[in-house]
Amino acid sequence: MSDIVLYTILTVTAVGVTAATILYFAAQKFKVYEDPRIDQVEEALPAANCGGCGYPGCRNFAEVCVNTDDLDSLFCPVGGNETMASVASILGKAVTEQAPKVAVIRCNGQPQFRARTTEYNGAINCTIEHMNGAGDTACQYGCLGGGECVDACNFDAIHMNAETLLPEVIDDLCTACGACVEACPRDIIELRTKAKKDRKIFVSCVSQDKGITTKKACDVGCISCSKCFKVCPYDAITMGNNIAFIDADKCRLCRKCVVVCPTSSILEIGFPPRRVKEEKVVAKEKPDNVDNKEKNA
Amino acid sequence: MLKTFPKGGVHPPENKISADKAIVELPLPKKVFIPISQHIGAPAKIIVKRGDIVKVGQIIASAGGYVSANIHSSVSGKVAKLDKIFDTSGYRKDVVVIDVNGDEWLESIDKTTTLIKDISVDSEEILKKITECGIVGLGGATFPTHVKLKVPPKKIATTLIINGVECEPYLTSDHRLMMEKSEELMVGTQILMKALAVDIAYIGIENNKLDAIQKLSELATQYKGIEVVPLKVKYPQGGEKQLIKAIINREVPSGGLPIDVGAVVHNVGTTVAVYEAVQKNKPLFERIVTVTGKSVKEPQNLLVRIGIPVIQLIEAAGGLPEDTGKVISGGPMMGKALNSLDVPMAKGTSGILIMPEDESKRKDDKPCIRCTKCVSVCPMGLEPFLLMTLGENQLWERNEDERIMDCIECGSCVFVCPSDRALLDYIRLGKNKVGQLIRERKVN
Repeated sequence: MSDIVLYTILTVTAVGVTAATILYFAAQKFKVYEDPRIDQVEEALPAANCGGCGYPGCRNFAEVCVNTDDLDSLFCPVGGNETMASVASILGKAVTEQAPKVAVIRCNGQPQFRARTTEYNGAINCTIEHMNGAGDTACQYGCLGGGECVDACNFDAIHMNAETLLPEVIDDLCTACGACVEACPRDIIELRTKAKKDRKIFVSCVSQDKGITTKKACDVGCISCSKCFKVCPYDAITMGNNIAFIDADKCRLCRKCVVVCPTSSILEIGFPPRRVKEEKVVAKEKPDNVDNKEKNA
Repeated sequence: MLKTFPKGGVHPPENKISADKAIVELPLPKKVFIPISQHIGAPAKIIVKRGDIVKVGQIIASAGGYVSANIHSSVSGKVAKLDKIFDTSGYRKDVVVIDVNGDEWLESIDKTTTLIKDISVDSEEILKKITECGIVGLGGATFPTHVKLKVPPKKIATTLIINGVECEPYLTSDHRLMMEKSEELMVGTQILMKALAVDIAYIGIENNKLDAIQKLSELATQYKGIEVVPLKVKYPQGGEKQLIKAIINREVPSGGLPIDVGAVVHNVGTTVAVYEAVQKNKPLFERIVTVTGKSVKEPQNLLVRIGIPVIQLIEAAGGLPEDTGKVISGGPMMGKALNSLDVPMAKGTSGILIMPEDESKRKDDKPCIRCTKCVSVCPMGLEPFLLMTLGENQLWERNEDERIMDCIECGSCVFVCPSDRALLDYIRLGKNKVGQLIRERKVN
């Protein structure tokens, strides 16, 4: 009886030792060297796996960071400068600070400004609606309101506003990963450099139609009248494709363009109310801008 | 037993209301809006400028690439401006606006209706004339005809198939054309046979157009190599691949073209346009359009110049009915709803269908119940429910593996779906995305 127990123990031990020896040599033979710094860098990254850096996930980004000489061309929009600095310190490389960005919706075609001319009856999906034509308004460039940007956002930073039927970005949650920019079939969303106190001035229209066509389709569209272009003291505004564009890096937030815009297509967000004298002008010409300010305050 | 394609297919109500209405010419309008992108491929390049005087048939935009076609003026008058207006694609596209003044045709065009049977030109000359006259496929896809007639090297065309199926419900423009321009159709077929150097041509006609079958069969005895094939009524028999399978029992391989099995398919409208281009020097600037619908007062088959706004066609058919829900360019299965009635008529507009309010809305989509009706009706042997689910989950690579690019967008799956799912919407989305993937792969 005790023999059986003994033999069993001996056999199992022998098998175990043999297997362990084979495994040990196999592991030595097929060993893959992996830079331990990749794990360290990955640890330092936010693990959002959003693809905002341009690589499929945080692990891939970490590999690229370790293998490259120049960190300046790489940036993790979620972690920002802090994360990039810690990555640089792990790797012993230098990195320059980049200005943080935020997504803005460049369309203000709320129902009261942009009349519905037709009824869209297909699947609720921006890309499908975009493929089928101009959408249910006469503007072929504006927001379709299907909410694909909302689905694309990993950080819960975009929501549809039930009143305006337009998406809204929550600046504090937005990491500027660019997922919404990619998802939008109409290229309405733009990543803009953040200004101090999260203040923003931008042309909330992307219509490339001629002024008269834009005006017919939407009350707050940019009609490319060039008034803002002429008034801007800092050369921040460029005109092209029947649209004005404000360069966030050059704009000094003086708000002169907002006052001259005849269609209120330039939005000012995050500013304190204007002084009494100016407020009259604002109240007269831009009631919707005041609305927007309050909404975003 | 009548011939048909074996796999899938549906039987939508035919509703060919305007089948016995003779073709009527629509009076000239005051203004026409001629789109410069009326075909698949690169848009044409405008070669006229504001203030130019043009005649009927004069070229106003030349082909912008290999797969492209010339555009000709459909009226005589003065170029008022170059503008952008909504076209059938649902977007504002470039148009040439011409103020009509009289009806002066180019001298080179033979305006008479006498039939010219002798084909005096050789195949190269035929191809040249078709290219110059801007002929495109008039069945709806508007693929430039001259490209289709150039057989690629190492491929041999053996059979010409003329598509007179008109399987879309409501539409009757091809039917009327076969009745009223039968002789021209026969000569046009012979021209195409000569251009392709083939000996056999079949004219496929569905069995619901008995008068056309009889008339063309009688005529076909006078012309060598042409045979009329009556086909069982089934949608989408007018699809190129289905028609080839039905008539000569050959299957076009997945991702291939009809020429891979030696067949070339042309629509009857295209064939008559080819006759007019080669024998009469007449460019493609007018076509037959069916204006129809259940509550339309006088459904019509109109001979319309390109560039006339759709609203004028509807007025010619007794005006817009009160219960209009939507206006479709094309047939009810594959046509596209218009977002404006000022959309100009283009080369590919085969019909204007006015749907009443109660028939024009989609029902709410409900969950898929796995009944596989869509699978059994798909003429291409695909699984529409799966393609849609993959599309909803953005799995484009798997969509490609499931052969989404073989879909001919006939809409049979949507027609039978008991849950009213937006199958075709998501399949089109998938095709778009997979197409992008394939193009990116080619570049890299």
